[in-house]
Amino acid sequence: MRILDGGLVTTVQDTGRYGHYHIGMPPSGAMDQFAHKVGNWLVGNDESDATLEMTYMGAEIEFEEDTVFAVTGADMDPSLEDEPIPTWTAVQAEAGDTLDFEFATEGARAYLAVAGGIDIEPVMGSRATYTLIGIGGHEGRSLEEGDELSIGESSADTNELLGTSIDETDRPDYSQSEINVVMGLCDYRLTDEGRQRFLDADWKVSDEADRVGYRFEGPDITDMFEEREQPFGAGTDVTNVVDLGYPVGSIQMAGQPIILMRDAVTGGGYVTVGTVVSPERDALAQCRTHSTVDFNAVDVEEALEIRQERDDLLETIQQSL
Amino acid sequence: MSEKTITRQDLPSPRYEYGGDDWVFVELAEEMSFDANFKAQAITQEIRQNSLEGLIEVAPSNASYLIQFDPNVLHPDELIDELKSLEEEIDVSEYQWEARVFDIPVFYDDPWTHETLMDFRERHQDPDATDLEYSAELNGFDSVQAFIDHHSGAPHMVTMIGFVPGLPFCFQMVPHDEQIEVPKYEQPRTATPSRAIGFGGAFTAIYPVPGAGGYQLYGRTPVEVLDIDQELSAFEDSMVLPNPGDILNFRQIDRDEYDEIRSEIEDGTYQYNYDRVEFEIQAFFDDPHGYNEQLLEVLD
Repeated sequence: MRILDGGLVTTVQDTGRYGHYHIGMPPSGAMDQFAHKVGNWLVGNDESDATLEMTYMGAEIEFEEDTVFAVTGADMDPSLEDEPIPTWTAVQAEAGDTLDFEFATEGARAYLAVAGGIDIEPVMGSRATYTLIGIGGHEGRSLEEGDELSIGESSADTNELLGTSIDETDRPDYSQSEINVVMGLCDYRLTDEGRQRFLDADWKVSDEADRVGYRFEGPDITDMFEEREQPFGAGTDVTNVVDLGYPVGSIQMAGQPIILMRDAVTGGGYVTVGTVVSPERDALAQCRTHSTVDFNAVDVEEALEIRQERDDLLETIQQSL
Repeated sequence: MSEKTITRQDLPSPRYEYGGDDWVFVELAEEMSFDANFKAQAITQEIRQNSLEGLIEVAPSNASYLIQFDPNVLHPDELIDELKSLEEEIDVSEYQWEARVFDIPVFYDDPWTHETLMDFRERHQDPDATDLEYSAELNGFDSVQAFIDHHSGAPHMVTMIGFVPGLPFCFQMVPHDEQIEVPKYEQPRTATPSRAIGFGGAFTAIYPVPGAGGYQLYGRTPVEVLDIDQELSAFEDSMVLPNPGDILNFRQIDRDEYDEIRSEIEDGTYQYNYDRVEFEIQAFFDDPHGYNEQLLEVLD
């Protein structure tokens, strides 16, 4: 397929690149894994096949051969040859057809899955694009006008897939504003009042919200930390710790909170105070700039239950296809 | 008078923390020490070898380590129990490993990092000094050169790789009272040249790629620490140069040598000067300066 317009930011992504965190390599991969996986299943792919992740404003794409595809995630009113098409549904495109998108009306990231997956040589076991050092995906960068992507051979009977759709009730609600987090990591650095203020506040997603991290605006946090004599090697600021590893989904307090996403730095010296429960990293990836969220503290057992519910839903969806 | 040995540190009980439903973070100490780092390296190496089912990522850091796992296969409490029993079994003084000692030429006070640090003076504790001047004075050195001599005067151990791919955090291999320590920028910079030599807390970093950064800037190395196409010698096995446990020796060079090495790097002919040694913790702790001298002989 040929890219006629790259949209705002469109990259090739998959389930991620794992096992290299110790050399500073973040996982990358689809920010909303739920939408990515379901998109793949709708077109008969393996969940780890590569899709296109489109942010806010989708790409314009010409199919060079007959292709079965599905659009999931954020609603960007896709149309094929100027005819609106349903989302979360397997659709047929014919050779020469053009797919384009409007600005997202709900959610922030849409996924385009094509039967056979996007065929690119994996780098360190993944096709995910990591733009900071320029690896994976198409030349390690966002897609631009004129790029051509090959599509792999599909092993599924694509005719049978056409029209397959996900029930409305099983599609995520991208207006979710409550994000569940497990407090911890270095939250001993917060005062009790600071921890409470963090959990009580409404936090606005700032303009600086991308695949690396989401920065939030809200109450002043400068007095939320316990005073102490800084340990050797940490640096002088109360928010400094001896440089340590940052989990994906962790909340770092650097001036204002930053939640680290899939292309984030893997470590550093800012205090981290908790971690977003894994399925809600998908929800956060669909939170739009200037929307507000509030953080709800759960314990690890509740976090595991939230994960289990999401896994059960995915399994139900997969079995229904 | 400096100590002639490195005093063993008694580490506190580790803190085991849940990172959401799929990570466990273990802080071995709040304070940096060789004991904490070596313990992090030893435990993570051990857990890799045990190949517990469900492990996804095992990443040692300076005085802590981080593990990502699949909770459908491994419950976090099961993992923590396993880590606790490893923690009790491991005797750091018995731990030894094959390290590589690298010559890392550094053009201190180079024009590129100088320009960057001047661009961000308003984010700095001391807007009227350079980062080198500020750090030299804060650590009680008479001159910038004396500070550079100290920084390049004893090797540094790589204690963590992270932040971005291939960025080594290095801890100088000297007794505690000879360690230098500096604050990070009050607000991180939005720009840092690639291959900049930075310092924050008690760590030297080499920034592999341009980007944000909060460490004080001292110079620039002509050699790469990240080669994604693995074309340069020394990158045969991995796109990143050093591993935790490797040893970097910073050597002050001038502009001419910088340019010469740079052109060899660019045409792919540069041969990294490095060799392998068997690193022994106890010998290093007993006589760090003597042991360092012995280590550096492999670079001759």
